[in-house]
Amino acid sequence: MVEIDDIILKITLISKKIRRLVIKMLSIAGSGHPGGSLSCVEIVTTLYFHIMRHRPLEPDWDDRDRFVLSKGHSCPTLYANLVLSGYFPEEELKRLRMLDSILQGHPDRLMTPGIEVSTGSLGQGLSCACGMALAGKIDKKDFWVYVLLGDGEIQEGQVWEAAMSASHYKLDNLIAFLDYNKFQIDGKVCDVMNIEPLKEKWASFGWYVQEIDGHNIAEIISAVDCAKKIKEMPKMIICHTIKGKGVSFMENKPEWHGVTPTKEEAERALSELV
Amino acid sequence: MEFEATRDAYGKALVELGRINPNIVVLDADTSQSTRTNWFAKEFPDRFFNFGVAEANMTGYAAGFSLCGKIPFVSSFAVFGSIRNFEVIRTSICWAYLNVKIVVTHAGISVGEDGASHQSIEDISAMRSLPNMTVIVPADSRETKKAVFACIEHNGPVYIRLGRAKFPVLPEASFKIGKANVLKEGKDISIIACGLMVFEALKASEFLEKQGISCMVINMSTIKPIDEEIIISCAKETKGIITCEEHSIIGGLGSAVSEVIAEKCPAKIKRIGIKDVFGTSGKPDELLRKFEIDSNSIYNAGLEILNDRL
Ligand SMILES: Cc1ncc(C[n+]2csc(CCOP(=O)(O)OP(=O)(O)O)c2C)c(N)n1
Repeated sequence: MVEIDDIILKITLISKKIRRLVIKMLSIAGSGHPGGSLSCVEIVTTLYFHIMRHRPLEPDWDDRDRFVLSKGHSCPTLYANLVLSGYFPEEELKRLRMLDSILQGHPDRLMTPGIEVSTGSLGQGLSCACGMALAGKIDKKDFWVYVLLGDGEIQEGQVWEAAMSASHYKLDNLIAFLDYNKFQIDGKVCDVMNIEPLKEKWASFGWYVQEIDGHNIAEIISAVDCAKKIKEMPKMIICHTIKGKGVSFMENKPEWHGVTPTKEEAERALSELV
Repeated sequence: MEFEATRDAYGKALVELGRINPNIVVLDADTSQSTRTNWFAKEFPDRFFNFGVAEANMTGYAAGFSLCGKIPFVSSFAVFGSIRNFEVIRTSICWAYLNVKIVVTHAGISVGEDGASHQSIEDISAMRSLPNMTVIVPADSRETKKAVFACIEHNGPVYIRLGRAKFPVLPEASFKIGKANVLKEGKDISIIACGLMVFEALKASEFLEKQGISCMVINMSTIKPIDEEIIISCAKETKGIITCEEHSIIGGLGSAVSEVIAEKCPAKIKRIGIKDVFGTSGKPDELLRKFEIDSNSIYNAGLEILNDRL
């Protein structure tokens, strides 16, 4: 098991770097979404640095696995992963959200190398991911499609249209993650519009459901391994996470959904991320 | 006179295209009997996908298909295939510049008895406002076939608006996206029409000609990008322009033509269309009359322009 321990250690270190980059780029940009970016760091980083088959120097490689960030506002985490994977230089992060930057406020596939689907309007990404998975099946390709949804996002009706269709088409090449950080903009998800019982909901829509700690890299890896073995149905991995994870003053604070740290706050955050 | 529904022409064209191009996939949301995509489904069951009553999801799948190299045709009734799923078309398809073809049927009030809920009179306006979108309203079944074939040669989102009723079949003409066809030359009045209204425009021109008024009749089947050149020449060479569409006078063909003449060559214009009200149940021809978009209304508009009663 030395090997898996090495992998976990590697991803733990990269995740820390990702968090640092997220804080820095958001602080420079002066606008954006720290809370939901920090809650999904381990999920996205484990995908890019261990699970997914991809070629940063050949983003359009036909046989690549696809990742769809359906909760598009968390793109800082994706951008940082693309940088550390080698899709584009780190310098670009300094221009996040600025005029003519390749890094738009929400993911734009035409502007940023490595972005599969343009998102930002919540509730649309799962349908796109399903379409890609179905196309892969028609063409008998063996790529996997991964998609990350927010817990507030799944209040959108289109998500459930997509959920129903994914099991109808037996999209077993589709693995979805739910970033279950328990918060949305206006407060706790359970207060705004309760989404529970969650496991039962997805299961009743015909999905194979697992529930894990979304910050535990070993659990993410083994959940994906397990999901890959299940045939004939789409897979949902409900990831319990903490909004703002890694920065003490942002954790579980809905105020940090869409507010960026000042220079001093960023320094304080970075001092916690060493 | 021969009659054929544009949706029938679509159904046939899809089957032909399916035989030539293996990348074509067809998506429908429980309306395939009516949109005629069921004809494609019958011959190519593996390339046809029915999403049930879930238009937004269907539209998202089309984006995914397109991202994997397929050419998806997405069909439903005009109301549900364009406005119900508007923001998915906007964000998942147009913003991403994806090669998705949205072909809707049952547009306009010629839907008839189903009434206002099913009479799409806002879709041209909505689709025209989307960056990267091309909007085509064929005048008859022949043009529908040509438009369906032409749209796959164009890389990017395309919206094609078809009807339910049987439309008169017009004489054979060429079709090019973005290029209007002059059906008749004339010097007094220009009538610019699209869809079913092209036939009404031709009828009206005959009445006007009996009064000694010479009419230029134009089939403006591409609403976007609009053929500015021909609009400018109409504005310069005739005494006024009448636009005719089976759509609200707000935001459709009439607006598109008005925008061009207001900026480039001010001229008299009269818009024939639904006057900012909802439709109602009735037979197609009754409705054209009730909402004053029939040939008689075009004729009256022609007289008004010449009598300067605008
Ligand atoms: C369709 C749509 N409606 C509203 C918004 C505005 N919005 C951005 S983030 C957000 C809350 C999302 O909550 P959640 O999915 O839980 O994201 P997370 O907490 O992980 O950041 C909202 C409402 C949007 N982007 N898209």
